[in-house]
Parts: sequence; structure tokens; C-alpha cells
Amino acid sequence: MKVLVCISQVPDTVTKIVLKDNNKTVEENGITFIINPYDEWYALVRALEFKEAGIADAVHLITVGRANTEPVIRKALALGGDEAIRIDADSNDPYVTAGYIAEYAKNEAYDLVLCGKETIDYANGAVGPMLAELLDIDFIGFATAVNIAGTIATVKREIDGGEETDTASLPLVISCQKGVAEARIPNMRGIMAARTKPLKTISPTAIEPLTTVAHYELPPAKAGVKLIAPDQMDELVNLLHAEAKVI
Amino acid sequence: MSVIVLVEHTEGTIKKKSLEAVQYAADIAKKLGTTATAIVAGNVAESEMQNLGNYGAAKVLYIGDNRLNQLHARAFTRILVTAARQEGSPVIVALHDVNGRAIAPRVAVQLKAGLVSGALSSPDMSDGFVVKKSAFSGKAFAFVNVTSQVKVVMLAPNSFPLVKGEGSAVIENLTVAFDEKDFGVTVQSVDQITGEIPLSDAELVVSGGRGMKGPENWGLIEGLAKELGAATACSRPVADAHWRPHHEHVGQTGGTVRPNLYIAAGISGAIQHLAGVSGSKTIVVINKDPEAPFFKAANYGVVGDVMEVLPRLTEAVKKFKAQQH
Ligand SMILES: Cc1cc2nc3c(=O)[nH]c(=O)nc-3n(C[C@H](O)[C@H](O)[C@H](O)COP(=O)(O)OP(=O)(O)OC[C@H]3O[C@@H](n4cnc5c(N)ncnc54)[C@H](O)[C@@H]3O)c2cc1C
Ligand SMILES: Nc1ncnc2c1ncn2[C@@H]1O[C@H](COP(=O)(O)O)[C@@H](O)[C@H]1O
Repeated sequence: MKVLVCISQVPDTVTKIVLKDNNKTVEENGITFIINPYDEWYALVRALEFKEAGIADAVHLITVGRANTEPVIRKALALGGDEAIRIDADSNDPYVTAGYIAEYAKNEAYDLVLCGKETIDYANGAVGPMLAELLDIDFIGFATAVNIAGTIATVKREIDGGEETDTASLPLVISCQKGVAEARIPNMRGIMAARTKPLKTISPTAIEPLTTVAHYELPPAKAGVKLIAPDQMDELVNLLHAEAKVI
Repeated sequence: MSVIVLVEHTEGTIKKKSLEAVQYAADIAKKLGTTATAIVAGNVAESEMQNLGNYGAAKVLYIGDNRLNQLHARAFTRILVTAARQEGSPVIVALHDVNGRAIAPRVAVQLKAGLVSGALSSPDMSDGFVVKKSAFSGKAFAFVNVTSQVKVVMLAPNSFPLVKGEGSAVIENLTVAFDEKDFGVTVQSVDQITGEIPLSDAELVVSGGRGMKGPENWGLIEGLAKELGAATACSRPVADAHWRPHHEHVGQTGGTVRPNLYIAAGISGAIQHLAGVSGSKTIVVINKDPEAPFFKAANYGVVGDVMEVLPRLTEAVKKFKAQQH
């Protein structure tokens, strides 16, 4: 089985967001970029487990991004994986990202494509299903467990108010979340090995985005917390009813 | 021409969040000088569909195929694409939930339509088609302009109060030519957590952290939740320690909630936790440490011991509810 893992670079949750150019763009200076946690902890690690178990022969990593995403993809390679592909393009539109990945993947005969349930920056969760549509294959989203036997995938996934177990034939795109695998930390050997693993750069034919971010806004500062004494819970309930109007 | 909106149901009962989606689609339709058409599939009673008229749907396109009681994303994609072409729809609305998110992106690809997920506002059409959404784990809002001719919008549940009006919808059957591959995913078993309110859709949430000390104290969280009609949630270490099931964990690596009220008991308010809850309209924090970072993100704070405060709050809610009746 040949597996492709979609890796995206995102700002770390702990970095402060600063806007510039009249709120039209986000200041990138000072932002710490990380691998999207769902891609790293769940999709990538599960793919590596398949390789270790002899279920996968090859694990490829793919990212759509400029040269500044290379440290992140090297870090992903340090966890494992045979090679990485970087599609050298800007993309802030899932249609464009999925389009580039599909363009590459369609000639590679991947049996399984794993991605994260969403990125922590824009939280679309759209690249996976779009990719499946472009490759004309099935997609199962929000997986909490992924198992493969032969050409059949058994996937536990989140549903409204519960979980269900689905089966589907490969090839398949699956988006992963907590439960699929346990996060790993790269070791020294992995970091050394990653330095010499192939990282292929591809210049794609440009795809026109269908959306753009017109501008950003920072949420209004909280007015400040109103403290209520611990023995005045009737007052809290009254405030929640009369002032906040939530009960 | 009409704006189409995908409607979800639970065993024939249309979900509240789908009523929100219908209302939202009707509002967009009105701005465009047209009407909204609701798409209903599976086993749903006529009265349920007629009720959609009260939320602004002028028409219901119904497809009564029992296989559609389950999420067959590719079948639903074909339904929406068929309906969108038939109706000449400029905008397609679905929910930003586990179902909508498996379907709407596929529809967007087929129609070459720009997609905006997690919509929090009605589109501003004064200069393009601009929709507000949360970005960077709640640390900013992005205003996304959809530049394609056809647009797909995924509405975040619980973003607009539901207003029941008076209207009627005509119900018509929709014919769709399915392909075998549309039903390629087989559901083997369903594990419905019954009796609980799904966390992602909940209007009220009571959540506990490590300050609750252990699973034996969760009766305090559940007692308050029951009194309020709220769903329960927890911080990550609580789920990691198996005090609570994993699906309750909210934050950067867990679920995201946007309830009207989020009550956090014994949670410190780490940024990774806030990432999943900062969209809540009102936040109440109960913590014995006045320096806990969560107080900075809270609307109301109680500095005190959860073991004492929670029972008192539950009592107060009970008293309040009794007065309401
Ligand atoms: C990459 C990454 C991702 C993460 N993702 C998540 C995530 O998705 N969700 C998440 O929640 N965390 C996440 N975390 C962990 C997060 O950083 C915090 O460690 C975690 O949220 C703390 O949980 P807590 O508030 O329950 O526990 P603690 O930080 O231990 O806080 C307990 C609080 O309870 C108070 N307390 C104690 N006893 C009482 C009492 N009797 N009465 C009242 N108050 C009391 C204390 O004052 C304290 O503020 C993540 C961390 C990392 C590094
Ligand atoms: N630029 C990118 N390059 C490669 N994969 C991506 C990229 N953006 C998103 N993905 C993948 O698609 C998933 C969902 O992303 P999104 O639709 O942007 O929320 C992510 O978790 C990644 O696995």
C-alpha cells in the first residue's frame, strides 16, 4: 500500500496575531510556524504505524507552500516517511490546495491519502473531501480510528452525538483527528535521517483561487470579568438571565 | 433561480441547526431577490417539511430514498449538484458540521464554486460576497470574499437566533440519477450516545478541568448540566486521564464549541483550551485561584472552590427554573 500524507504549516496557537496593511494581512514576522497538529499527531503517525506494521510500503508527505515551509516538512520527515513533495505555490483557498495535490496524486496511484480534520488557522476541513472529489474516490471525515485489511478500510468516525464504524474500499481519503494515533516526538536518528531524505519541489500550473480574504478583524477586547461572590449564586443566575440573556 | 439549502434530520425530525440554515438561506435569497429551496432526503414526514416554510423556505425538493437516512456524501453531493443545476442556484448553503463538511466541499468542486466554511455572518454583498468567519483559533475573524459565480456557504450552527415566522413551502419530488459509487461507504455500526446533547451543537455547556480532582466529582458537573439542559465538556488532561470520554475534550486538539453559555469549573484557561471555546457568547469561570488566566477571557467569574460553588449554582438554577413556571 502506498500512502500520501497531506502536511500543512500553520501558526502555533500560542503566537499572537498582529494585523497590518489596514487589516488586510497578518504580520508573519514573529509568528512561530508548526505542522498542523492533526496532520502531525494523527495522520502522519498513523501512516508511519502502517509502514512499521508492514501494511504500507511507502509513505509520502506532500505540502503546498513556498520555500518557507521547508523547515516544517523536514520536521515531519524527521518523524518518518520516505520522501516529501513540496508544491511550490501560495494557497489560501482549499480548492487551489486540493487542486495542486490532486494534480500530483493522480499519477502516483496512492491507495490511501491521510489528512488532518482541519487546519487550526482557517479550519476549513475542505482539502480532504475536495481532493477525494477531484480524484473521484471516497472520503471519510473526522476519523477517530483507521484500520486497513487488504483493500478494505475500517474507519471509526465522529457523527452528531456519537460515533459510527464505516467500511470502504481503497483508494480512499480519510481526515484524522484525536484517537487515530498517539503523538510522537522525533528522535535524533530521525532528525539526522530527515536531512538526506528526498524533498522534491514541483512548480505547478497555477490554479486561480475562488476565494480571497478581504480583511481581518481582531475580536473586541473583553469588557473585563464581573466577579460574583461564591455565596451569591442567585445573583449569577439573575445576571445570566437578565443581562447576558443566555438562560 | 433559487438559493438551495441542505436539511438534516434525525430519524425524520429536522434538526434545529438545519432550521437555522434554512432561515439563513432565506435571508440570502431575499437579498438576491429570489427564494430559498430546502433539500430534504430520506424518510421525513410531510408535516416536518411543511414546517420549513415557517423558517423561510418557499419550496422543498424531496427525495424519499431510504438509503439517504445515512450520510452517503457522494449521493448527497449528486443531489445538491442536480438541484443546483435545476434551480440555477447562485448560492448553496450547508451546515458546518460533520455531515455538511463531507458534502459541501465536493459540491464546490463540481460546481467550481468558492467555498466559505464556518460562516458567522450573512454575506455582505455591497462589494463582492463577503462572509465573516473565525480564524487562528478564535484570535481573529477573517472576512472571506467568494469571487466565483456560484458560492457554497457552510453555516456555523448556533450563529443566529431562530425566529419562527409564518409561511408555507410547496413540496416537490426531486429525481436524481445515482451511480453505484455514490454508496461506496458502508455503515457497519452506529454508537449513538443517547440522552446527551451533542456537544458541537449545544447552546449551553458545562465543562470541568483538573480542578474537579477526579471522576467521582463529575456528578457536580452533570447535576448543573441537567438543571440547565446543557451538554458537558472537559479539558484535555481530564480526557487523557480517562476521567471523561474523549469526545468531551475541547480545545486546540479536541472539539470546538460556540455555545451561548460556557461554564468552566476548575479549568485554568490555557491558550490551547481557549482555542476551542473562545467563540462562546458568554463565559463563566469558577476557579479558586484569582490569578487563573481564564478570568481574562470570562464575562463572569467566581473565585471559589468548585466543590462548594457548583452545588450552590445548581440550586440557584433550580430555584430560577421553578419561578419561571
Ligand atoms: C500542543 C498542545 C495542545 C493542547 N491542546 C489542548 C486542548 O485541546 N484542550 C485543553 O484543554 N488543553 C490542551 N492542552 C493543554 C493545556 O495547555 C493545559 O495544560 C490544559 O488545558 C490544562 O487543563 P486544566 O485547566 O484542566 O488543568 P490545570 O492547568 O491543572 O488547571 C486546573 C485549575 O483548577 C483550579 N482548581 C484546582 N482546584 C480547584 C478547586 N477545588 N476549585 C476551583 N478551582 C480549582 C486551579 O486553580 C487551576 O486553575 C494542549 C497543550 C499543548 C502543548
Ligand atoms: N497547504 C497544504 N498543503 C498540504 N496539505 C494541506 C494544505 N492545507 C491543508 N492541507 C491538508 O488538508 C487538511 C484540511 O485542511 P483545511 O481544509 O485547510 O482545513 C489539513 O489538515 C492538511 O492535512
